[in-house]
Amino acid sequence: MNSREFERYMPEAHDHLRQRPSLWSYTRLDGWLLILLILLCGFGLFILYSASGQDIGYVSRQAIRMGAGFVVMIFLAQLTPRILGRWAPWLYVLGIGLLVCVILFGVGAKGAQRWIALPGFRFQPSEIMKLVLPLTVAFYLAHRPLPPRFKHIVISLVLIGMPTVLIMKQPDLGTSLLIAASGIFVLLLSGILWRYIFTALGLAAAALPGLWAVMKDYQKQRVLTFLDPESDPLGSGWNIIQSKTAIGSGGIDGKGWLSGTQSQLDFLPESHTDFIIAVVAEELGFIGVLVLLTLYLLIIARGLVIAARAPDSFGRLLAGSLILTFFVYVFVNIGMVSGLLPVVGVPLPLVSYGGTSIVTLMAGFGMIMSVHSYRTMLLK
Amino acid sequence: MAAERLKDHSKESRTFKIRAVLAFIVVVVMLCVLIGRLYYLQVVEHDRYSAMSEDNRVQLQPVPPTRGLIYDRNGVLLADNRPSYSVTILKEEVKDLDQILAQLQTLIPITEREIKRFKKRLRQRRRPFESVPVRFRLTEDEIAKISVNYHRLPGVRVEAELIRYYPYGESLVHAMGYVGRINEKELKRVEPTNYSATHYIGKLGIEKFYEDQLHGEVGFQKVETNARGRVMRVLERSDPRPGSDIVLHLDLRLQQITEKLLAGRRASVVAIDPKTGGILTMVSTPAYDPNLFVTGISYKNYNALRESPDLPLFNRAIRGRYPPGSTIKPIVALSAIDSGIVKPSYTIFDPGWYTLTQGGRKYRDWKKTGHGRVDMYDSIAQSCDTWFYDVAHKMGVDPMSKYLGMFGFGQVTSLDLPEALGAILPSKEWKKRARKAPWYTGDSLNMSIGQGFFVATPLQLAAATAVIANRGEWIAPRMLKGTKKIDDAGAEVLVDPVFSSAKLPPSDVILNNDKHWNDIIKGMRDVMHSKSGTARRSGANSEYEIAGKTGTAQVVGIKQDEVYDAEKLAEIHRDHALFVAFAPVDDPQIALAVIVENGGGGSTTAAPIARKVMDAYLLGKDLSPEEAANE
Repeated sequence: MNSREFERYMPEAHDHLRQRPSLWSYTRLDGWLLILLILLCGFGLFILYSASGQDIGYVSRQAIRMGAGFVVMIFLAQLTPRILGRWAPWLYVLGIGLLVCVILFGVGAKGAQRWIALPGFRFQPSEIMKLVLPLTVAFYLAHRPLPPRFKHIVISLVLIGMPTVLIMKQPDLGTSLLIAASGIFVLLLSGILWRYIFTALGLAAAALPGLWAVMKDYQKQRVLTFLDPESDPLGSGWNIIQSKTAIGSGGIDGKGWLSGTQSQLDFLPESHTDFIIAVVAEELGFIGVLVLLTLYLLIIARGLVIAARAPDSFGRLLAGSLILTFFVYVFVNIGMVSGLLPVVGVPLPLVSYGGTSIVTLMAGFGMIMSVHSYRTMLLK
Repeated sequence: MAAERLKDHSKESRTFKIRAVLAFIVVVVMLCVLIGRLYYLQVVEHDRYSAMSEDNRVQLQPVPPTRGLIYDRNGVLLADNRPSYSVTILKEEVKDLDQILAQLQTLIPITEREIKRFKKRLRQRRRPFESVPVRFRLTEDEIAKISVNYHRLPGVRVEAELIRYYPYGESLVHAMGYVGRINEKELKRVEPTNYSATHYIGKLGIEKFYEDQLHGEVGFQKVETNARGRVMRVLERSDPRPGSDIVLHLDLRLQQITEKLLAGRRASVVAIDPKTGGILTMVSTPAYDPNLFVTGISYKNYNALRESPDLPLFNRAIRGRYPPGSTIKPIVALSAIDSGIVKPSYTIFDPGWYTLTQGGRKYRDWKKTGHGRVDMYDSIAQSCDTWFYDVAHKMGVDPMSKYLGMFGFGQVTSLDLPEALGAILPSKEWKKRARKAPWYTGDSLNMSIGQGFFVATPLQLAAATAVIANRGEWIAPRMLKGTKKIDDAGAEVLVDPVFSSAKLPPSDVILNNDKHWNDIIKGMRDVMHSKSGTARRSGANSEYEIAGKTGTAQVVGIKQDEVYDAEKLAEIHRDHALFVAFAPVDDPQIALAVIVENGGGGSTTAAPIARKVMDAYLLGKDLSPEEAANE
């Protein structure tokens, strides 16, 4: 690839060629993304203080996790995508193995087995799969001619299907669908032909009744509650009624930080974890939600720009699918809390209180930054 | 690699960019959906959700008014409100009720009955998030035990409330009644809003009759509660209006002296101020401690009271129906002289008995040997039965029923004693209606000495005596002297009670000849102060003149020719001792009736008690140390 050709594809890269490498290129981090992530985490801690009932303990534990997340991100950013790709098959096999272990020896709560308990700590293998699956599918497809042929699509679907089914068995329908989505994003971004996409959509629609049949009772209950929360206002409908009340009563400018009655008086369930957006909406109002959504939109936009600028398919597919999965978390969480979607246990990325999900997300951003810095390296 | 060679990098990059742009558009569209949804909730539907959020957070709680206090005529506090601590359970915070109760039982004693009652109260709870008491009157020790275990007892709290306390206990229970925990039936009767926070209601007596004044008006507070119903802060408050303090005519000192005089007897004394109709003392012994009933009496205590042969629960003063005996003789004499049947000077010879026909049934005089020649004055003073038999024979029942009726017999004349009974004033119509039998002359003879069908309560006897003292002016007996109010100037004033017109007293007793009052009062004076008066010993050495009348009412009929022997008869078959009086004769300040069940003779048992009560009231005399020590 000569430099003229390079410029044809990436006209803006021309400036870089003449510039001295910036400070950022040494750190191998993307400055824009880093600033946006720090802002988002700051916003998250700010609202967590209120959502946890003004418990500084929650805030400091969350801050420590975020710090750990940033360390993981910075570490992964130092690796080239090539190394990540090489790890992919092994990580995938390891991940599947762990998921099988969960089903065999896992510990759980509320009728679902999701955890592996090791001496000293326990973790959810499905968290690892959130990163490993897009990595693996991207790695697989990047080495095939694109758009992928039918055979490669089928193999990709098998790669996607295995962890999806295993996680569904735990059962954790929400996570399994999100993980499936992360793999499917790779396929979609790889340029899979539209006729395949429409065919798949048709098949999916046809399969819905079958899905209902295999769902567990509590999952069905969630869907029913979603369709009509008032049918059980004190039972399973309580959460959604209270979260909608919290959001709605916030109005345009909110009740003020620490002054949300729904969240401060414990009417809002899970206010510091999955339902934290309702606290934002109640206390900071519609304006506060818009600020948060703008942050998310900027992060997603930046992620897509990094993906689009990646020099090879692997980087593009990896960064693109990770950032779209990130968006899906945002959408599903806010959709569920505001009553657009059934309640599935999806935290609001980097804002909800919770351990592994923050580290996983930051690791994902580390990979995206790795894709970004690889391109800069090429440019040097 | 073959596959690698087939790859077209620039095409792949181009495809990706198209897909990425498409993805970005989808992202923006989906974000717009979310924003639209939030806009709908937060802007379009804001008012609805605001209201829902306020409903969640803000609860309107009723605040109970403080119950009005009750004072005696001298300002002594008779019914107080004192803080009492109860352990309560808020159901909303409890997962396993039985387990919490069992845990509580390990800390403080709670009986199965209390648990049963608690569960009943729980079912009758009036609104959500209302805590329900499990046990009342916790001791300091029990409060401490529960407090240190709070963390293990979610939903359990120690709550303070003001509850009624009667400092003089059983001295006043029959005069004042008591309050107790409100029950379902009572809740249906009262105004629900005003009683929404009230747990106690007047059950008996004054507490029941003046419930409206004593209760006050409920207040409300807007409170902020959390999802578990715990009150976080008070947002707004409209204070309850406390119940009015009321003042009774009752004289606590006199009441306590009277109580001492009756100690150990089944007896009753009612004393009235004839000028106001105010009841100065109303004692019925034995009595019981009303404080036991306020938060609910235990089975054991209640059964002991109910099964006591002395009937402590029975309010003799207003519900005891006793044959009045000779105490009504002045009124019987009045009916004869004022209807013109005989003159006061009408004289007979009393051999000790009276017969309607030659050789017929002998109506005995209490004095076997007879009183000899007696007129009306002698007959009242000596309580000669034969004179009254003769006069009753002459006049028949109608004048007696008419005059006795004017003095309030056979009806309830008291204004504010809800449990008072009318007892029975016999008449021809009454006997026909109640006994389905005609009136016989013998019935008239029995009635003339206050026996037979005639029964009256101590209160009725005292009221009738007050009417004599007032020479016919009817001032209905009453407990309430007034209601305390703060006037515009901020000073405390006593507002006169307004009694409903439905309970106006009988019209005044108007005699055909006003002079006849003097005649019977002279007779009653002679009872106390003449040489042959039946109660001359009780009238002796008094600094004021007394008009009285003794009475001895037969409990068991004495058969023909049988001699009454008090010694032989079991105590419960002994005669009731009665006495009525007013004093001083020229300016009556007290009229009273004394009844001592199975006390024997009115002159020996009842009259001395009355004298001491009158001395205590009129002269301020206290009891001798021995009498005061009586319990």
